Amino acid sequence: MKDQALVQVALYAALVAALGLIPPVPFVTGIPITAQTLGVMLAGVMLGPWRGCLSMLLFVAVVALGAPLLSGGRGGLGVFVSPTAGFIIGFPAAALVSGVVARLLQRQSILIAAGVGAFIGGILVLYVFGIVGFKWVTGNDWLRSVQVMAVYVPGDSLKVVLTALVAQAVYKGLPGAVATRQA
Amino acid sequence: MMTLYVHRQSWLHRRSAGLKLLLLMATSITLYALTSLWAAGLALIVVLLAYRSLGPAGWSYLWVVKALIPMFVLIFALQAWSQSVSVATLMLLRMLTLIWLANLVTLTTRMDAMMDAVMPLLAPLRRVGIAPHRIAFTVALFVRFVPVLMAVLNSLLEAWKSRGGGRAVWRLAIPMLINAIRMSDHVAQALAARGGVRSPDTPVSMVHSQ
Repeated sequence: MKDQALVQVALYAALVAALGLIPPVPFVTGIPITAQTLGVMLAGVMLGPWRGCLSMLLFVAVVALGAPLLSGGRGGLGVFVSPTAGFIIGFPAAALVSGVVARLLQRQSILIAAGVGAFIGGILVLYVFGIVGFKWVTGNDWLRSVQVMAVYVPGDSLKVVLTALVAQAVYKGLPGAVATRQA
Repeated sequence: MMTLYVHRQSWLHRRSAGLKLLLLMATSITLYALTSLWAAGLALIVVLLAYRSLGPAGWSYLWVVKALIPMFVLIFALQAWSQSVSVATLMLLRMLTLIWLANLVTLTTRMDAMMDAVMPLLAPLRRVGIAPHRIAFTVALFVRFVPVLMAVLNSLLEAWKSRGGGRAVWRLAIPMLINAIRMSDHVAQALAARGGVRSPDTPVSMVHSQ
């Protein structure tokens, strides 16, 4: 891997951490709606599957080592045994799939490629991880786990739209920065 | 430094990171096999006593679960209603024990000690072309980028407020990302100008010939 790729991997991991500063909107079930998954979707769409996945692995690993980088200053090993563990563990897979889908759709407009990629990676894939994690930690049955998690879909859909708009705007200004649209 | 580690002398601080991680893993598996309320309650008490052994302020660290309380209430209510109060109590005891125990490892283990403990697991990555010193470099760069990007975001937010603010704060994501990408390009160029990421084994005199 080239040095520049290492810098990009570090950058998007830091971006997700910085987005945790935006105060989360608290929600009834305790999983706050945060801007961090926006960063996850962007990492996949902007860096492509491989680098996007690595940057999220880096983020998750440093959180596990004890850095309080999740929104609300959470971090450490406790995060990985809490009800929302699945969502955090799913970050790398979500970025990977977002990148794969955005790359497959590179003949479409960037708005569609980024939007569909963010939706499939950042909602479908991430929710599979989130629901499995929630079920595993709390011992609820599938139906109830799905119901509890479904409340977040509106907030996350908003982030999908944001990812598409941001990717489009950045592509206009810095076309080279969107790795899923080359070659 | 941004870490949840608490610097102090205690019997837990003196244990090795690898041992603590292994014990944590073993405990988490055992806890899920427990079905007796008494055993689960006892496990929780042991963890609480371990916090107390950190010193008089030990129990204040239990507040890490503050953000999760609404969720616990909801899950407890759901389960008590759909199954039984004892099932819900068992689940809550297990969850609290495990979260607090994992947090205890984080509180009492330095970040670099933790990293040293997991580094051997990363060694196989060398085969796919990711050498450990490059991983260490990327981690260091990430840790350095975080406060820089937070400062960028803060200054954008302040500028936004001073211009009157408004609800479309999300628009800041665009200048934020463009700023960040520009910055990373500069870092990459600076890195290339200095000969790239060096392995600690490479003498400096070798760099120019590469």
